[in-house]
Amino acid sequence: MHDVSAFPLQIAGDPAPMVSFRKVTKSYGALTVLDELDLDVKAGEMVSIIGPSGSGKTTVLRMLMTLEEINGGVIYVDGQPLTHMQKNGTLVPASQKHLRNRRADIGMCFQHFNLFPHMTALENCMEGPVQVLGLPKKEARERSEELLEMVGMIGKKDQHPSRLSGGQQQRVAIARALAMRPKVMLFDEVTSALDPEVIGEVTNVIRKLVSEHNLTMLMVTHQMGFARDISDRICFFYGGKIEEQGPPAELFGNPKKERTQQFLSAVKEAV
Amino acid sequence: MAFFDFLQQYWPRLLSGTGITLAQFLLAAVLGIAISLAMGLMKLSHNAVVRGAAVTYIEVFRGTSLVVQLYWIFFVLPLFGLSIEKFTAGYLAVGMNIGAYGAELVRGGILSVPKGQWEAALAINMSPAQRMRRIILPQALVNMLPPWGNLMIELLKGTALVSLISVADLMFEAKQINATTFLSAQVFGAALVIYYVLARFMVTPFMRWLEHYMARKLGRV
Ligand SMILES: Nc1ncnc2c1ncn2[C@@H]1O[C@H](COP(=O)(O)OP(=O)(O)OP(=O)(O)O)[C@@H](O)[C@H]1O
Ligand SMILES: [Mg+2]
Repeated sequence: MHDVSAFPLQIAGDPAPMVSFRKVTKSYGALTVLDELDLDVKAGEMVSIIGPSGSGKTTVLRMLMTLEEINGGVIYVDGQPLTHMQKNGTLVPASQKHLRNRRADIGMCFQHFNLFPHMTALENCMEGPVQVLGLPKKEARERSEELLEMVGMIGKKDQHPSRLSGGQQQRVAIARALAMRPKVMLFDEVTSALDPEVIGEVTNVIRKLVSEHNLTMLMVTHQMGFARDISDRICFFYGGKIEEQGPPAELFGNPKKERTQQFLSAVKEAV
Repeated sequence: MAFFDFLQQYWPRLLSGTGITLAQFLLAAVLGIAISLAMGLMKLSHNAVVRGAAVTYIEVFRGTSLVVQLYWIFFVLPLFGLSIEKFTAGYLAVGMNIGAYGAELVRGGILSVPKGQWEAALAINMSPAQRMRRIILPQALVNMLPPWGNLMIELLKGTALVSLISVADLMFEAKQINATTFLSAQVFGAALVIYYVLARFMVTPFMRWLEHYMARKLGRV
């Protein structure tokens, strides 16, 4: 078990960062995927993560969603430890109960949507509110319908995922995540599996979230134009570390590091 | 004796035997499904003891003969002070045996559900039990229905063995009639047809209907 005695029990600050990675390490066997990652995300901030394949982008989101355990460091959400908990004045690895408590603040959308195929669009959205939050059916339905309306899917609310296009499924998946009222939303290449002509319908929903809601968002994307448009900050990942980060105009317009320049010009050529 | 005359004379006994066979089948099916679920889930447990118990159960009941299991339950358990009435012993043995095969189907069905489904269920913060019950099992069930159809036919045929401990099922009645009349062709011919009809026109159509029904629930049709 890694030593976390040097880490604070909670993160102070006014306001405290919504998400805070402190020296977070993740490895699979001998392969170190993330190497002492430090990353703070402010409340309401939209941060995009870009970088070459295998640089650890997805891993960052999966650790925050508690889909992967970490091998070193501590992740804090809203100032409180997520991967650990306090016990007798020190941090110890989080119990399942603690994880379940803290995970409530986080929502995630996946590259392949992962809607529940045996439920309609509406049932997909109501599942969490009813089963996990214990909302009455009526209230969960109202909340879900409102969100389906917001993502433009209210007309298809009674369809099963198999009857929906990729873009439509992804919009339902966004509504499903939002129905849990998370403070932090994670998007992992949510447009990568989509046909080019429907990418816009999903990015428009995310745009709307950025402009109309006070969500903290972390997005992994290969769409540089979109990331540049809507992000407050871009993090360029390389080899499990943040190689360079900054406001979009700076990072895209005037990248300082050679690897960033190489990556951006390679991406530009591919387009 | 002509087949028709034979039927006219013996249909009440064949019918009552068929009733017992159906009762054995249904009870063994319910028990078998319950055991399959329990053992299938236990085999996927993180706890080595729980997993070991399931593996042992499955090994024992798949690796030995159903007839021997039946005799154990009916003839040997009483020696240890546990007497089970023959009708109960019959469906217990058949159900426990089929449960060992079903457990592998349940386990395979659960493993066939894509990992993304577990992750999406975790991302909306469902508990492990909720994930299994609400998200994974319904999908696993659909995936494993076709092999369950075969298993149910095997189960129906397997119930004929309960005649060996004198449960008055179709096979038992057939043997009794044969012993007193020696009309082997007629009586076993009738039994053959009845087993076939039960399998072909009851079990199979029901499983088909269930597959179709579940597919519709998934919006796959
Ligand atoms: N479960 C796993 N077991 C072993 N290695 C893994 C596992 N998951 C990820 N990796 C490895 O970790 C590294 C980082 O993976 P990650 O998915 O975070 O990359 P990424 O930046 O999201 O890449 P991409 O752009 O291709 O999605 C890769 O080298 C990958 O092969
Ligand atoms: Mg990735």
